[in-house]
Amino acid sequence: MRGAIVMRPLDPGALLTEVSAPANGAAVLFVGTVRDINDDRAVTALDYKAYTPMAARELEAILREAESRWDGVTVVCEHRTGELSLGDASVVIAAAHPHRAAAFDAARYVIEELKKRVPIWKREHYADGDLEWVDNGAQRAEAPR
Amino acid sequence: MMGFSTPVLVFARYADVLGSGTVTVELPSDATAGDVLSAVRALPGADQLPPSPLIAVNQRYAALSQPVRPGDEVALIPPVAGG
Repeated sequence: MRGAIVMRPLDPGALLTEVSAPANGAAVLFVGTVRDINDDRAVTALDYKAYTPMAARELEAILREAESRWDGVTVVCEHRTGELSLGDASVVIAAAHPHRAAAFDAARYVIEELKKRVPIWKREHYADGDLEWVDNGAQRAEAPR
Repeated sequence: MMGFSTPVLVFARYADVLGSGTVTVELPSDATAGDVLSAVRALPGADQLPPSPLIAVNQRYAALSQPVRPGDEVALIPPVAGG
């Protein structure tokens, strides 16, 4: 398990290598990238801002949950912050397990929970020069665990 | 016992509407996270915040009943957009 909030470009291959092991017959790599259209508006760039210490802590909590739900899974995740261009990877998750079902399920769990819980925000830059904070529309309404 | 003042970290759209990434609020000595929200609501621009923004104390999501003490790290958490 390893999670990090970083300001440098992401290297998906490095995370895939990190979870690879002789016992792991399956590895799943998820890469989230900056999309050119959101809600019918042309996006030219965006910036991600994080409450970095809490984001790292919450991401690590999610990764620990994944490793306890799917016994034997190894999962790592990096999320990038700062200014990103179209096509840049914003998040990478690599999950590995002796069998494919757990690898897929763990990777899916991490991205879905990350989008609900990890305090990272995104401001889109539009072709018309406008800037706007956007959200995932899925935040938990009530907080604590 | 005396009350105390504490900084509150704010991010993204909340920082835009409050005009800063950190605001300072005055709290009673037996303050809760709910008291932090009430104090933030009195600040200029706070009318543009949603009815019940999420709050974190010491980098964990907190219930409104959670105590807040001097030295705690308090933050308002706008709807997240990672991924």
